[in-house]
Amino acid sequence: MKHEQEAIEIERYEFVEPPRYVFSLSRRAFVQSIGAGLLITAIADWGFAQERGGRSEQNESAAGRFHIDKEGRITAFSGKVEVGQGARTQLTMAAAEELHVPVSMITLVMADTSLVPNDGGTYGSRTTPANIPTMRKAAASARELLIELACKQWNVSTEGAAMRDGVIEHSSGKKMTLAEVVANAGDIDATLRERSSEDVALTSPDAWKILGKTFPKPSSVDIVTGKHCYTSDIKRPGMLYGRVLRAPSFGAELIEIDMKAADAVEGVVAVRDGAFVGVAAPTTFLAEKAITALAATAKWTEKSGQPSSDDLFTYLKANVREGSGRQRSREDASGDVDAALKDAKIVLRAEYHIPYIQHAPMETRSAVAEFEGDTLTVWTGTQRPFDVRNELAQAFGMPNEKVRLIVPDTGGGFGGKHQGDAAIEAARIAKEAKRPVSIQWTRKEEFTWAYWRPAGVMEIAAALDDAGKIIAWDFTNYNSGGSGIDCPYACAAKRTRVKNCESPLRQGSYRALASTANNFARESFIDELAAAAKIDPLTFRQELLEEQRLKDVLNAAAEKFDFVNRRKSAAQNTGYGIACGTEKGSFVASCAEVTVNPSTNEYTIGRVCTAFECGAIHNPQNLQAQVEGSVIMGLGAVLREAMQFKDGKIANPHFKQYEVPRFSDVPGHHDIVLVNRPDLPSVGAGETPIIAIAPAIANAIFHATGKLLHALPLKIA
Amino acid sequence: MATVVFTLNGETKSVTTDPGRTVLEVLREDLDVTGAKYGCGEGACRACVVLVDDKAVTSCQTPLSKIEGKRVVTVEGLARADALTPVQQAFIDEGAVQCGYCVPGMILTATALLNANPQPTRAQIVNFMDGNICRCTNYPNIIRAIERAATQLQGAAK
Repeated sequence: MKHEQEAIEIERYEFVEPPRYVFSLSRRAFVQSIGAGLLITAIADWGFAQERGGRSEQNESAAGRFHIDKEGRITAFSGKVEVGQGARTQLTMAAAEELHVPVSMITLVMADTSLVPNDGGTYGSRTTPANIPTMRKAAASARELLIELACKQWNVSTEGAAMRDGVIEHSSGKKMTLAEVVANAGDIDATLRERSSEDVALTSPDAWKILGKTFPKPSSVDIVTGKHCYTSDIKRPGMLYGRVLRAPSFGAELIEIDMKAADAVEGVVAVRDGAFVGVAAPTTFLAEKAITALAATAKWTEKSGQPSSDDLFTYLKANVREGSGRQRSREDASGDVDAALKDAKIVLRAEYHIPYIQHAPMETRSAVAEFEGDTLTVWTGTQRPFDVRNELAQAFGMPNEKVRLIVPDTGGGFGGKHQGDAAIEAARIAKEAKRPVSIQWTRKEEFTWAYWRPAGVMEIAAALDDAGKIIAWDFTNYNSGGSGIDCPYACAAKRTRVKNCESPLRQGSYRALASTANNFARESFIDELAAAAKIDPLTFRQELLEEQRLKDVLNAAAEKFDFVNRRKSAAQNTGYGIACGTEKGSFVASCAEVTVNPSTNEYTIGRVCTAFECGAIHNPQNLQAQVEGSVIMGLGAVLREAMQFKDGKIANPHFKQYEVPRFSDVPGHHDIVLVNRPDLPSVGAGETPIIAIAPAIANAIFHATGKLLHALPLKIA
Repeated sequence: MATVVFTLNGETKSVTTDPGRTVLEVLREDLDVTGAKYGCGEGACRACVVLVDDKAVTSCQTPLSKIEGKRVVTVEGLARADALTPVQQAFIDEGAVQCGYCVPGMILTATALLNANPQPTRAQIVNFMDGNICRCTNYPNIIRAIERAATQLQGAAK
């Protein structure tokens, strides 16, 4: 049952908020259709989808994964989305590997709800451990079937027959292309669907010809030539460009508005539906003009007394709630932590803070919606295609199967695109306009109306014995969640608590989510403990870590970085830090060199080294890019990123104010050590490499200055 | 309304519209040339960069009236037939494409850099490219791609 448990744990850590809008037309349709039962189905499905959350991948089937056309071209199907992490490349490679055909023979259709199986959302690093094995099984059984069909046509046994580079060959010298097999095979898709792939043998990693090697993204050429069509690039016949009226602050209620104000702008369609006000026009310029005119007439009641980023951490601790479902408050304990803390001679306590930060994907939330007859088609960049399809069906009182949702390969996600807000907005305006409508959020809208990685407070208390062993560990996280909270160091009495809090801002998933917070706090605190025990931080970790794979990446990073020697011979004002962690079945350790200017308290990050292990490596170049990219994205939270807000307004909703990492933040020297374990199953790599860099840098600053920093971003006072 | 005439990827274009609209919006919405992307609308991320008379310009900050009579090149105008430019090819070879949304702006900015300075140092690359944001933070591979393209261009020039 390990797999079952693991899936539940992951789903508990995903934060998904309900849809933002309730339209009058869905309420009306609900009342009207109670007798017919049609909408009840839609609503029940929505409830079911909510209940089911990210678990649907467990029900995913290998059936219906392939279509082979008359020319012998292969189309593969996956419900996963491509947001830059490389899912398209690796799913295609997995299919090619087991089909024994070149990668170029396969076209992968992803996340089109009318064509692909429901593989659940694309999050929690699940594509590699859950979906790639399914794709491989489906491909291996398809290969076996194609070989059988060819042999049947030849009237020979399958012994001595094999697929090579997309051609079926027999030891007698016979050869048959896929086009020839398919021509005489009746309904090949149906035959493929009926084929069970449960017991099929998969190629072992030492025999891989495609997996384990570097392949560029199939869309690379289209991307570098500008041909790739993101959602925001789609143009449909007669399409209009939309804009939505935004409240002046969170929780503000629209009291009145003069919808006629939009009429002054040519070609504009304007719609008000409850709290929703939107316009569409032949150009964005005109839509902007219309929404500005409407906004000037709008009267709002604003919500007073909202918490600000200045009193955020006090607010979170004062507003703990029980929570429910996967976001309930909870506690796990082994041993008597209170007694051990009470009796110990050396007890350390600390409190750590992390602010809200945002994904800020380069492609802001976008959607194109088109009604045709009784169907709705929406293109949008979401990480939850089937759930967002169901949200659309519910919003417009339609059965799920009348809504088609397509996710073009999207401009960045990072856990930030779980919602379908832009899709619902575009569809609501399209319904009014009776024409297709495209919406692309402005950067300010993205910074204000998307959602954030949760802010958090982490309290830790721990006790040491005379030999420098940890004898009590007590860790509490307020608000930012439970992933990566388990202490990987040996200790007889451990307690972890996850407190659910009232969140002042709308919060959701993020790359590695809470494990960034929990790992920052724990790994920084380990250096405080090591200092109290008078043991160097590398030895302290090596002696207490229980998981060999975690020790292996720690040692790999330390060795490549030459941590021991560099730390021993550190120049004045220069420090060396190390940190490690595990999450979602993969393991990471980072080392960092920091030089502090004692007169300004500014610091520069010199050399960095990261070692990472995620089982058998599928695509080394993509893995290297994921690890390097995670670490540099993590530097943003270390150096500057923090959402500022007051009175229900975001104070820094622009790239000039919310400063993400740039070229000049790239460390001068960054070694990446990819620890390959072909003996172990492959797991995801898009998230975990982000979790060790912040504490490694905090520890380097501690080494350089003796100052303990307990908050991100890291500012030396 | 005003009529603005310019060349786009070698072809003469004449657009009659409100001259206050941005070049980015007119390219994307009127001319269906979508290589330049909206990223921030304030020149802070450079996803919208196009070349205007060989200089990298943020098209979201440029009113249409400013390109009257100028030569505009977008990422669609770089490759000749199916032959990618060394910069485009280097982005593929170095894995400098993750989600790819920033890539057109990156490639055009890098092209402008190499036009002006065919053998940039790493520091010069970082300095020239520092306005371009990649949220996949694939910066190291982009730097390697520009270095590779510079080497190839140097080889071709000899």
